[in-house]
Amino acid sequence: MNMNMNKEAYLAYVKQVTPASPLGKDLFFSFLVGGAICTVGQLFSHFYLSMNLGRDAASTATSITMIFLGAALTALNLYDDLAKVGGAGTIIPITGFANSIVSPAMEFKSEGLVLGLAAKMFVVAGPVLVYGILTSSIYGLVLLLMQRL
Amino acid sequence: MFLHELLPAFLTGGLICALAQILIDKTNLTPARVVVLFVSLGVALTALGLYDAVVDFGGAGATVPIVGFGYALAKGVEKGVSLYGPTGILSGGVAATAAGIAAAVVFGWLAAVLSTPTAK
Repeated sequence: MNMNMNKEAYLAYVKQVTPASPLGKDLFFSFLVGGAICTVGQLFSHFYLSMNLGRDAASTATSITMIFLGAALTALNLYDDLAKVGGAGTIIPITGFANSIVSPAMEFKSEGLVLGLAAKMFVVAGPVLVYGILTSSIYGLVLLLMQRL
Repeated sequence: MFLHELLPAFLTGGLICALAQILIDKTNLTPARVVVLFVSLGVALTALGLYDAVVDFGGAGATVPIVGFGYALAKGVEKGVSLYGPTGILSGGVAATAAGIAAAVVFGWLAAVLSTPTAK
């Protein structure tokens, strides 16, 4: 590799040496794994509804259950194996949100319980909360203005 | 149950994840950016009144993906503003998702403390 190449030449070089990602295969497995995780969620939702929890409470209980499963599978070092196959199918479901919290926390716990484990829990989950709460607050402001005008 | 609940959940959840996979494979967006994008998209689609139909059809297939977290935030803000006015803008979203956020903190902390990472 020529050490004096400009930015365009470098990007072209990177493109040339990066293996082409097999989109068809990736899509199939992310669909399959993501769909399967949501189906598990639907089974729990069905179960909680059958216990007369009510729609909102059943939905909350389902989220809590899926977060628990994601955290537990990450702690057992199983979620990473699933992620290698499922790609976005393991990242987008709420189990992936739990995984994004537990995985860096495990990795950095040797640096302490405060600035290691606890701080690193929110490397990815933090931005999700920031932009989720930010956009929903903007929506709330718009709603209020529409009510008052 | 299969035709009315499980199949729609599988198809809806699978489709949302496949869309994210396309963005990860075909653009320069990192997985973390796609997750942030999908939460915001969930809020926006709910605000436009488009996501309710997806939830009615897909059930957990629409609420388990992170888009559903945006949906829950937006629904909570709607309720907060109608009940409490201005303060509901800030309290509604987190109130509706508090259990999920607390579950992630508590289970996440426990899982990290009780486990041992394997060498990668």
